[in-house]
Amino acid sequence: MNLFLDGIAWILDPANWSGPGSIPQRLWEHVSITALVLVIASAIALPVGAVIGHTGRGREPAVRVSGGLRALPTLGVLTLFGIWLGIGLAAPIIALVILAIPPLLAGAYAGFESVDRRTIDAARAVGMLESQIVGKVELPLGMPIVVGGIRSATLQIIATATLAAYVANEGLGRFIFEGLKTRDFPQMLGGSILVIILALVIDGLFAVIQRLVVPAGVRASRTRELRSRPTRSRAVVGQPIIEGNQK
Amino acid sequence: MIEFRGVSKTFPDGTRAVVDVDIVIPPRKTTVFVGSSGSGKTTLLRMINRMVDPTSGQVLIDGTDVATREPVALRRGIGYVMQNSGLLPHRTVIDNVATVPLLRGARKRDAHAHALELLDTVGLDRSLADRYPSQLSGGQQQRVGVARGLAVDPNILLMDEPFGAVDPIVRAELQQELLRLQGELGKTVVFVTHDIDEAFLLGDQVVIMQHGGKISQAASPTEILANPADDFVAEFVGADRGKRALHITEVGGRRIVLDGDGRAAGVLAS
Repeated sequence: MNLFLDGIAWILDPANWSGPGSIPQRLWEHVSITALVLVIASAIALPVGAVIGHTGRGREPAVRVSGGLRALPTLGVLTLFGIWLGIGLAAPIIALVILAIPPLLAGAYAGFESVDRRTIDAARAVGMLESQIVGKVELPLGMPIVVGGIRSATLQIIATATLAAYVANEGLGRFIFEGLKTRDFPQMLGGSILVIILALVIDGLFAVIQRLVVPAGVRASRTRELRSRPTRSRAVVGQPIIEGNQK
Repeated sequence: MIEFRGVSKTFPDGTRAVVDVDIVIPPRKTTVFVGSSGSGKTTLLRMINRMVDPTSGQVLIDGTDVATREPVALRRGIGYVMQNSGLLPHRTVIDNVATVPLLRGARKRDAHAHALELLDTVGLDRSLADRYPSQLSGGQQQRVGVARGLAVDPNILLMDEPFGAVDPIVRAELQQELLRLQGELGKTVVFVTHDIDEAFLLGDQVVIMQHGGKISQAASPTEILANPADDFVAEFVGADRGKRALHITEVGGRRIVLDGDGRAAGVLAS
């Protein structure tokens, strides 16, 4: 517990909040790496997932490939690319993109698949182009699940982006590696706590976004007794059926 | 006029949904395809707007083979009403009704004004315009579906078991509404159902399909009852039993009509 308090104290120490390698700088680097990886991985995974979800084809290979990618240890991938590409951000970015693709892909195709087939069939039958079905029907209705995939990918990137410091002088991971090397455990723990706080804040942000993208018509709860009178009289057919005992 | 010429459909899994169908669907009348599941009636309906393409044969609208038409443009000119309404759950009632005019490039204001008129046409209060489909009853959703089908003022209205999922009272109401609408609008309605009573109620021409996608008989309800083409038709329409096998008995000088079970069905008006 003392160590934990030391970690907090390290975070609160004003000396760590300015100058080169300060907390704001590392935080900014960490967020930038996360955002960059998210953009690259999304550009690859979301269109592929959308095509799979829309056509219903290629799901099996996608599941197998993303399952395989999930099984890759990121540290091993990072080391491999680090040896190949040398010191710098290239290796961690590639490793993190590989890490982020499976949840993004799964979110995208699950989101598109989740849309009721009858709704899509009706959209096609009234004359929507395939691109309009994707953009105006499947995307808005599948969005909450797609965002769910982005959310889980983002969390994994934030947590694992600490490894960027393994081969590059970037991100909150610097504090962890630095602390480990110099046996400065308050710094190491402080760095970890910062990563956790960042992850929680971003996750909270995504929780809000995920709520906001649920289309209003889907959120609208089914309300009873909303039938209003028609503008013209309707045919009356038979007597109303009254079931059960009337009280 | 819609014409099926030697139309067959075999699905990739080998199912023969429709076999060698020839039928003429007259304009401005209601033609009802009726049959049990697997009789190919929905497949025939969906061939008209190219949701399904025949394996062989031709479907013609006013003499033009639909295979020569671009599917999306063709569909935008034909009304389509399906079971469970098929409304877009994330769009309001008015946006759902205006879907196709907006796809065809109508101005939003015009499309919405027209959509409000269509709500009147199908007997829905304009106050429902800003609701979402999930906030409507099943019957109201079907009315919105019909309004959407009418939005581009199509000559042809395809209805695929549109009243299949609503309760019997609402279904009877919707059937009467459709009869009223058809009296006013005079569309070429192609209607699919498995309910022979619904077929006889709504159809000017009733097409009885048997399992395996063949037409057993296509005629007016009167003609079918008078001259069922074969035992299958006679059995299907139940001409020899229940409420269709009526006979007359005289009670106190008035002629009472009894059904097949001997229950009084009405008084014979003379």
